[in-house]
Amino acid sequence: MSSPDTPAGDGRVVLDADDVSRALTRISHEILERNKGAEDLLLLGLHTRGVPLARRIAERIESVEGTSVAVGSLDVTMYRDDLRSHPTRAPHKTSLPAGGIDGKTVVLVDDVLYSGRTIRAALDALSDLGRPAAVRLAVLVDRGHRELPIRADHVGKNLPTARSEKVRVRLAETDGGDSVSIFGSPAGTAGGEVR
Amino acid sequence: MKKHLLSIDDVTADDIAALFETAAEMHDVQRREVKKLPALRGRTVINLFFEDSTRTRSSFEIAGKWLSADVINLSAKGSSTSKGESLRDTVLTVTAMGIDGLVMRHSASGAAQQVSEWIDVPVINAGDGTHEHPTQALLDAYTLTRRLGSLEGRHVVIVGDLTHSRVFRSNVKALTKLGARVTVVAPPTLMPSGIGTWSADAGFGTSYDLDAVLPTADAVMMLRVQKERMSGGYFPSPREYTVGYGLTRDRLGVLREGAPILHPGPMNRGLEISADAADAIDSMVLDQVSAGVAVRMAVLYHLLAGEDQK
Repeated sequence: MSSPDTPAGDGRVVLDADDVSRALTRISHEILERNKGAEDLLLLGLHTRGVPLARRIAERIESVEGTSVAVGSLDVTMYRDDLRSHPTRAPHKTSLPAGGIDGKTVVLVDDVLYSGRTIRAALDALSDLGRPAAVRLAVLVDRGHRELPIRADHVGKNLPTARSEKVRVRLAETDGGDSVSIFGSPAGTAGGEVR
Repeated sequence: MKKHLLSIDDVTADDIAALFETAAEMHDVQRREVKKLPALRGRTVINLFFEDSTRTRSSFEIAGKWLSADVINLSAKGSSTSKGESLRDTVLTVTAMGIDGLVMRHSASGAAQQVSEWIDVPVINAGDGTHEHPTQALLDAYTLTRRLGSLEGRHVVIVGDLTHSRVFRSNVKALTKLGARVTVVAPPTLMPSGIGTWSADAGFGTSYDLDAVLPTADAVMMLRVQKERMSGGYFPSPREYTVGYGLTRDRLGVLREGAPILHPGPMNRGLEISADAADAIDSMVLDQVSAGVAVRMAVLYHLLAGEDQK
């Protein structure tokens, strides 16, 4: 999968590796506090970068609580409302822990919250997979410009942006390093997905 | 991916990889309680079958429905074809109703190709005469890939009535495209004329001697002997066919340990495949059927879910 328009240069770094780490730690604590512990918690990462983020949050929760937390991944390709405006691409792996999602508190994890359409698709996908007790949303960055009535429960960083700007999240697992940057006007560079 | 799937020639090795990746996910959907994805919501697919078929048609129907398409089955029996309507008129008529995809089977080789030139929607060939049956080959290759991993350098032996088989034609193309070595085995009377020109292709060979080929097979695919051929003078008797080309219990012992056995169905137990082979632990016959739905979902998804192609 390649990003349609990837900006040149490094843009403006708004979160460096330490900031990303601190944001994830805070999100982890918030999730624990909100859930009153790690019981029945399921962290579901949205492809692509939500998946490693969900794993990192799970590790943090485990180190605090000393119990293991269920982690899965969710692909929403077939639930998107813009399927018909692109060539098709193969869906990623959706993997759920053995117990499924029934009765669990599912925390959807994604890197950037923007229009909200991905989350809408994820909620539809969830309803085909089972009936969670509750669904919450954790994102590393909320850049605004919602097109649907959706908000995040846990936000790493609120990032006021213009629609013309691009936000790029890089993660060690997928891009060889952690950072969040903003780009003014689109041009072209490698690594990291831009939204 | 091309607009139509008329032949394995229409897909590249990369296309096949994307189809298999999708099929693997669709396979998981098959095991879910809610077997439904919204990808083809609001789209209508017609299964137009001018030849009898149970598994291919129902497999396409299930695949379409699990992707939320509206699927309509039309068979030639009871349609206006039996009243003398031409293929062109039948196809133009159903297309005029506003369908988004056409899955078709016809006894004439090249029928799907011809139809794709008349209409504007994607056409999927579900078998045309003795020409091709691309989704069968894709599901066979998918089944083998799931079992063996990469097919690069693997030796697949295809045995049976090659002259009348569209399955074998598509399979040779698909398997060699994925890097497998394919040997086809048949009695001289059922070896297609002109197959010698294929042999030039890397990794393709023919043989009349099953026992000589079987020990080096990584997988064996038995083809159905069509009932109507049995009295056609292609071989002296069903018994002799079995002795020369059937996957008997004895031959099962010659096969490499764990080599998968495939059959596109319907099987003639005791003729081309013994009950021991059909029910063997390495028999993939039912895996093929379940893979059939997953692979056809992948094909329908990639051809119909994205933006329209010219």
